Amino acid sequence: MFDICVIGGGPAGLNAGIVARELGASVLIIDDNPVLGGQLIKQTHKFFGSKDHYCGVRGIDIAKILSQKVEELGIEVLLNATVVGYYDDDSIGVLKNEELIPIKAKCYIFATGASENMLAFENSDLPGVYGAGAVQTMMNVYGVIPGKRALVVGSGNIGLIVPYQLLQAGVEVAAIIEILPRVGGYYVHAAKIKRAGVPILLRHTIIEARGKECVESAVITEVDDQFECIKGKEKIIECDMILIAVGLSPLCELLYQAGCEIRYIPELGGNVPYYNEDLQTSRPHIFVCGDLASVEEASTAMLEGKIAGARAYEYLYGKNDRAEEIVSTAKQELKTIRMSPFEQRIVEGHRKLFGRERQA
Amino acid sequence: MNGYITHHPILEFKRGKKVKFYFEDKELEGYEGMPIAAALHAAGIRVLRYSEKYHRPRGFFCAVGKCSSCLMEVDGRANVMVCMEPLKEGMQVRRQKGKGRLGV
Repeated sequence: MFDICVIGGGPAGLNAGIVARELGASVLIIDDNPVLGGQLIKQTHKFFGSKDHYCGVRGIDIAKILSQKVEELGIEVLLNATVVGYYDDDSIGVLKNEELIPIKAKCYIFATGASENMLAFENSDLPGVYGAGAVQTMMNVYGVIPGKRALVVGSGNIGLIVPYQLLQAGVEVAAIIEILPRVGGYYVHAAKIKRAGVPILLRHTIIEARGKECVESAVITEVDDQFECIKGKEKIIECDMILIAVGLSPLCELLYQAGCEIRYIPELGGNVPYYNEDLQTSRPHIFVCGDLASVEEASTAMLEGKIAGARAYEYLYGKNDRAEEIVSTAKQELKTIRMSPFEQRIVEGHRKLFGRERQA
Repeated sequence: MNGYITHHPILEFKRGKKVKFYFEDKELEGYEGMPIAAALHAAGIRVLRYSEKYHRPRGFFCAVGKCSSCLMEVDGRANVMVCMEPLKEGMQVRRQKGKGRLGV
């Protein structure tokens, strides 16, 4: 039996597995993709922050660095494998090659990430309405030209980065629309996309996709302070793709099954598992990290992964100085990152999560 | 095979070997190991199935195996998530209508 089973091989899960292995635990990482790295494998932009956070390194290269570490440390990895169930005896069912394999570990770290939010508007089910991340996958991982002309809905970091990548792939970007009166993501990304000539229309939303079998155009409109559509302000945008970049929701289905307490905290992304400051859930042998814990950035996911990995090790083997050092450094770095005005939503979410007593 | 990015300022694409597969009995080409949905998209096919109740066209939405919008019939098997399923030589891929058929 493995000491620790990590579910999800993205930035959070990989760091959790690496730290736990370095401390001495036996670790298994399970991922449903053919390669490790999670969403990093399609991120062509360079990261910010300090050198410890891979500043100046592209996401795709961070994925390579982490995968290499996993290999060097002899961490067991199960790829193309999906965890489909959590059972009464604390084992998990893993589907691989159409076979259901039972696996049991002493401790679990869930780093399952999040899935893209959908947006309701007329014909939003037409082919050509994509999650922004989906286009990023097709284009940056498989080198497929996603379309000719795109409209992007949402100006968070994904909504700002993906259109830039579309331009790099030779795709036209009609506009980015944002319902709020301000851009959601980092200004540096917004400045870059504006310099490239893509308009960012604030106080705008999409009301309709048009097309017979696929998207042929979109109808957008301006909204007032109450987010109500202003009549007469509709515009038709010619495009064959509509990218929806309106946030992510944590993938916590397995944690419902595992009997973990789930709370609705919109600031963290919706329904999230309850966890304490050491990322331990209401079931002590289950830890969480990354977007599953709070929809944030890869940099914070990596730091959370380190904390979860170290604490999971201590849960099994008792207090450890090295683990303590890893945790306190990571917590300090998280605190610094979360001082940014962009992170205040997460800080508020954590205040709600940690602020009140756990309900039985 | 013109639905692929040939020049990119940052990325280089390592593709598998070229394989033939069939979409609604029409012969197409793709690269082995890439998701079926990516190969179809590169061939200009975006409608992957028709919805159960209103028979509306559907394509992929998330492309990472989370949304179930891309279910197709592959080699007679219904409900295959083609955004994740790797392409293999000779695969028979069909648009799924409704809940799909189990077996042929």
